[in-house]
Amino acid sequence: MLQDSTAEAFETPWPTGKRTRTSLPHGPVFVLAALVALFSLLPLGFIGWVTYDVGWETVKTLVFRPRVGELILSTLYLEALTIPLSIAVAVAMAWLTERTDIPGARLWAWLAITPLAVPAFVHSYAWVSLVPGMRGLAGGVFVAVLAYYPFLYLPVAAALRRLDPAVEDAAASLGLSPLAVFFRVVLPQLRLAICGGSLLIALHLLSEYGLFAMIRFDTLSTAIVDQFQSSYNSPAANMIGGVLVACCLALLGIEVLVRGNERYARVGTGTARPAERRRLARFTLPALILPAGLAVLTLGVPLVTLGRWLWLGGAGIWDGETTGAMGTTLMLALAGGVLATAAAVPMAWLSVRAPGRLQRLLEACHYYVGSLPGVVVALALVSITVRFLLPLYQTFAMLLAGYVLLFLPRAMVGLRASIAQAPVELERAAMALGRTPGQAMRQVTLRLAAPGAAASVALVALGITNELTATLMLAPTGIETLATRFWSLTSEIDYVGAAPYAAMMVLLSLPLTLLLHAQSKRTAGQ
Amino acid sequence: MTLLKLENIGKRYGDVQALDGVSLSVEPASRTAVVGPSGSGKSTLLRIVAGFEFPDTGRVLFDGRLLADGPAGIPAHKRGIGIVFQDGALFPHLSVADNIAFGFERGAADRARRIADLLDMVELEAAMATRRPHQLSGGQQQRVALARALGRKPRLMLLDEPFSALDTGLRETMRKAVARVLENAGITAILVTHDQTEALSFADQVAVLRGGRLIQAGAPQTLYRQPRDRETALFLGDAVLLPAVAESGFADCALGRVPVDGDHAGKVEIMLRPEQIHIAAGNAPPREGMRVVDVQFGGAVATVAVRLPDASLPPILIRTSGFGLPAPGDTVRLTVAGEAHVFSPVNSLS
Repeated sequence: MLQDSTAEAFETPWPTGKRTRTSLPHGPVFVLAALVALFSLLPLGFIGWVTYDVGWETVKTLVFRPRVGELILSTLYLEALTIPLSIAVAVAMAWLTERTDIPGARLWAWLAITPLAVPAFVHSYAWVSLVPGMRGLAGGVFVAVLAYYPFLYLPVAAALRRLDPAVEDAAASLGLSPLAVFFRVVLPQLRLAICGGSLLIALHLLSEYGLFAMIRFDTLSTAIVDQFQSSYNSPAANMIGGVLVACCLALLGIEVLVRGNERYARVGTGTARPAERRRLARFTLPALILPAGLAVLTLGVPLVTLGRWLWLGGAGIWDGETTGAMGTTLMLALAGGVLATAAAVPMAWLSVRAPGRLQRLLEACHYYVGSLPGVVVALALVSITVRFLLPLYQTFAMLLAGYVLLFLPRAMVGLRASIAQAPVELERAAMALGRTPGQAMRQVTLRLAAPGAAASVALVALGITNELTATLMLAPTGIETLATRFWSLTSEIDYVGAAPYAAMMVLLSLPLTLLLHAQSKRTAGQ
Repeated sequence: MTLLKLENIGKRYGDVQALDGVSLSVEPASRTAVVGPSGSGKSTLLRIVAGFEFPDTGRVLFDGRLLADGPAGIPAHKRGIGIVFQDGALFPHLSVADNIAFGFERGAADRARRIADLLDMVELEAAMATRRPHQLSGGQQQRVALARALGRKPRLMLLDEPFSALDTGLRETMRKAVARVLENAGITAILVTHDQTEALSFADQVAVLRGGRLIQAGAPQTLYRQPRDRETALFLGDAVLLPAVAESGFADCALGRVPVDGDHAGKVEIMLRPEQIHIAAGNAPPREGMRVVDVQFGGAVATVAVRLPDASLPPILIRTSGFGLPAPGDTVRLTVAGEAHVFSPVNSLS
């Protein structure tokens, strides 16, 4: 439906000559973008409304109790341990692969990103079946670092590639030893990349359910799912959801503060000379321990465990249920991808073609919702349908709505970039050559934006393939995706039966990894 | 006494011989320009002096200290040689003041005063200290980069094409300002550039590099008037090259009989700078066959193309005042001021 009206809006010609910041140009598109923005405010609005609805006394008894305090504290410990460790591992790996003559640097760079193809809860499945005693905070931090450090490695490695080596030469000419150059010049310039990657990991830690549930480590998110599974519309779950959202907002705020309002881009003009790689010489062998060890821990362990279970299960574990879950997953992924991309079109369009203050606000709404944990989005949708739209409860429509909310930012990124590559001048040139505005749009802009839109669909689809929490909470009864089927089998400790599902998720996610790698190379201008 | 001495420097990258037996001496408190087309090895030479790279062969001596002997040597941070890069290479995460103080000793007591002095030295306002690099113009960034390098009180300052990213007008102002600052501080400078005008006007000594070899080094005027070969002649400015027959201080060429430098006899090639050739005024009798073929008026300077009697030679371009221009088709007489330069026979056309 959304898609149809979007297409209609495209047909409507509008004056391309007049573009002012105060007026609202591109009327119909604007209305659509505003609707999507409003929709994306739903989860936050829900939490606010529930808090108001139950009253302060109830909030106090539900939130200010030892159990919630414990959960907040354990989530804090998790963040405080995982983030610094991930930063250390990612920066060391990025430096080794980008700035030293370590043998096989390209291979190690690939292997550093590939763990992203393994869903976090598959990482912990692999570790739990290898080390059954893995439990609690230490286990949680260990698996989280392994599963999430690539989120830091990617931006840090890209930033290292972009740094102007002349700046480091300048520091050396001012009397700094190589070690001092790294800490006083290189590391500070990586701050933006480190902040961005850390925020991403911190948000994942807040919202991740499967990884921590598997090794019995309680966080705010696992507690909400537990509450939810015992009673669907419990004020307790909603209130912990409120606390979780508050944590998210606090993280976003902290990141803004730490990042500061700074520009670390290269100051000069022209292209930077590529940096020289430092010779490791006699440190080559010790240096190889880090990438090789990480590859074993992040890829070797999941692959060996998966392989072992698959071998033990033989052909018998691949049955009709497996293909059914695969089909459902692909169908949901594709539908969700197309829907989320269509929902992002109006905003992506406006932010490129008619930027303005109000537009930026609407855009922020599109982006913030992606940092909300899946549990909160699902909780909000379930509660709203149960109260007001009961016929929609546990339907595909609600599940897809949840996916759109969760993956809206992913859809925006690809679309924005590709629409920006089709400047309005091209459209005007087409009109000057006799095309109607509608024809110009179809033949020039949509044509140029198509690859970006396809990439957006793919990115969202791959996200949906590995989505567990929201799917568990929103899926119609009896509908199983790869992730939920995997989850119910592992909950029954049927590790052999779960293996094919994990293997298929990994296979489906591999292209995402390739895409991310290509993207980071491109942003570095290579 | 020589401050910096490069002895037979060689450097190879894979198949490319970047530098091949380069030797150069730099006197204290002098200004040297290393000039050459891109890929001539001039930046490599500078990076070897700075210590970012080490030569395969040859030695670098600085102030009586051996800095590099083949691939072994002292690393950049222990050399105490200042450098200003093409884009300034300011630390983007630090303010102007922090950039300038970056090289100070830890806990320098008079930090604020030294920053103020250095800002004053490079003719920047003290209010700039709190700005960030991206808030500065290109010229200001270069001044800060210079102040930052001056903060270590180096005896030698390397300038790696520091003016090439600036606008033409600003480039000249900056060149003069930098020369002035370095001269006042008594600091020896080596400028690397591909701009021959910049090299000739900045330096006391110009060294021309080509294909990794040092072709010629000397005073700017010597190089401009007596280049070693025609490539160098053309690299340093426009030149008129003519075949001639030399004999006892004179040469006969298409322009008539002109005085030449050196003692040459027989068939030679001579070089004149266009500004040495003038169109003779009014009543001088024109020479047969010297015909104006094109006149381009360009305001203060006009360019006149004159065809020579020997039609196999290309027309000569003469730069002249925009007043009293001849018309195309006029026959004229050309006079030559000063001496023509004769390339030593090895390099001349046979």
